[in-house]
Amino acid sequence: MKQRPFLGWFVSPAVLVALGLTAAMAAILQYSVRAYVPGSLDVGGLTLENFTALLRPLYAWAFWGTILLCLLTATFTLILAYPVAYALVRVRSKALKSFILIASVTPLFLGEVVRTYSWMIVLGNNGFINSVLKSLGIIDRPLQMMFTTPGVVAALVHVTMPIMVIMLAAGLSHIDRNYEKAAESLGAGPIRRFMTVTLPLSMPGIVAGFSTAFAWTFSAFATPQLIGGGKVNTVSTLVYQLGFASFNFPFAASLSLAGLVMTFAVIALMKRAMRPVERLGEQ
Amino acid sequence: MSFPMRKSPLALAGILLVAVILGFVMLPAIVVTITAFNDKAILAFPPQSYSWRWFARALSYDDFRKGFWNGLIVTAWASTIALIVGSGFALALHRYTFSLKSTLEALLLSPLVIPHFTIGLGLLILSAQLTVGRGFPLVVLAHVILVLPFVLRSVFISLQNLDGRLELAASSLGATPRRVLFTVTLPLLVPGLVSGWLFAAILSFNEFTATLFVSNQTTQTLPVAMYNYVREYADPTLAALSVIYIVVTALLLTLANLFFGLGKILNVDAH
Repeated sequence: MKQRPFLGWFVSPAVLVALGLTAAMAAILQYSVRAYVPGSLDVGGLTLENFTALLRPLYAWAFWGTILLCLLTATFTLILAYPVAYALVRVRSKALKSFILIASVTPLFLGEVVRTYSWMIVLGNNGFINSVLKSLGIIDRPLQMMFTTPGVVAALVHVTMPIMVIMLAAGLSHIDRNYEKAAESLGAGPIRRFMTVTLPLSMPGIVAGFSTAFAWTFSAFATPQLIGGGKVNTVSTLVYQLGFASFNFPFAASLSLAGLVMTFAVIALMKRAMRPVERLGEQ
Repeated sequence: MSFPMRKSPLALAGILLVAVILGFVMLPAIVVTITAFNDKAILAFPPQSYSWRWFARALSYDDFRKGFWNGLIVTAWASTIALIVGSGFALALHRYTFSLKSTLEALLLSPLVIPHFTIGLGLLILSAQLTVGRGFPLVVLAHVILVLPFVLRSVFISLQNLDGRLELAASSLGATPRRVLFTVTLPLLVPGLVSGWLFAAILSFNEFTATLFVSNQTTQTLPVAMYNYVREYADPTLAALSVIYIVVTALLLTLANLFFGLGKILNVDAH
């Protein structure tokens, strides 16, 4: 028999945390099938009403809108993060590498509130962009960027950039440079080399980064709440309103649950759609 | 400044592109810094006059002070618990096979993709069902769940880089498993443990969405206090606080980079 010293000591704390998480998810599952008793925090009997209510236009649209928001954000983040990740991995100067790393990763640790607040100052009617455009004489009335979807997307892209850079860079750093050298010695120019060698080989990082950006955007609350200002409804802002404005926790639970199922479905779908490309990257 | 090739027009365009994107990344921090020193309560660019008064207000505002201490309490507990739980589990993952290993691993890593509001709502409902109040233990539990994946990853990566022969040597010289663990394995893991703890602490201190759900007036952390402030007031107090935040975080990260190599922790160094 193989000895496994301390196995119990190593695993049991983790089991406790896992139990806590499972209990929380079970609580959501249980509340999602219970009736809402207006004006009370207690819940009524079993019902499927919470799930049929999800089909009402407001919620169906919010769901669809959230998915689009996540896809838009993840796409723009990917486009902006790729060059940074590439530079981070390939740049030779150590100081420059550290600078790129600190500059692109610091926002990750600032939390959603600080970053969202910063974007409110950038995008507001008296904010940075409008002031600059006004003093340059390009506009005379402020551009409305707060409370709009593009404004929310800009801030969300900023929120998801660091994690995307990290995941893309991790993928890029594992590429064997000899493949590129081989392509070069066979006469491929830099663009062709990038398109046919580097990009396909970095696909695993792209898939991981894109799905994480999608999930993070779906999870974002402060950004759509403060920059969307009630004009841009997402699943997260609706769950909060349902919970803390109308105390309809059963419906909030069913909405969260639907969101969770959808996140997992989208991530699974993305992984599946990318599988042929990913296999290419593994070769 | 050197891209792999000679400075071709393509490489120059690449450098320019990366510079512009990094500008986008740093723009909010720059704007918030200018705002923080704006003397007037109303936003204006460029500010007419400058002062430190918003910093003074940010540091003396009661909710921020209380949120700061609450945040420290929650962060200290949560990151330490996460470190113990995470390093234990990372050791088990690295060394052993046991039943439900992959299930447990998937479950503990799932908070990376489960929305924070879902975890917050679930714990809130759970606390209501168990009729325990929304006290510190609930907030700490939420934070442990959320930061554990990061600790797990950090410790696991250091374990992979650890030379297993050192442990073998120790045990072949007659050291008990306990002695090997405490005098060989753990000391060798210190960089990974410290960086994992630091990572967890920074993330926990800044966690907002789940905390908003599970905290109340007496347990609210700094980000929740800041969120409540921005909904009520529009003066640059929060900008001043954000600047303090940005400076402290950048300093911590620079130190982490100097001592541990951030690239290694984040697994982005070229091999």
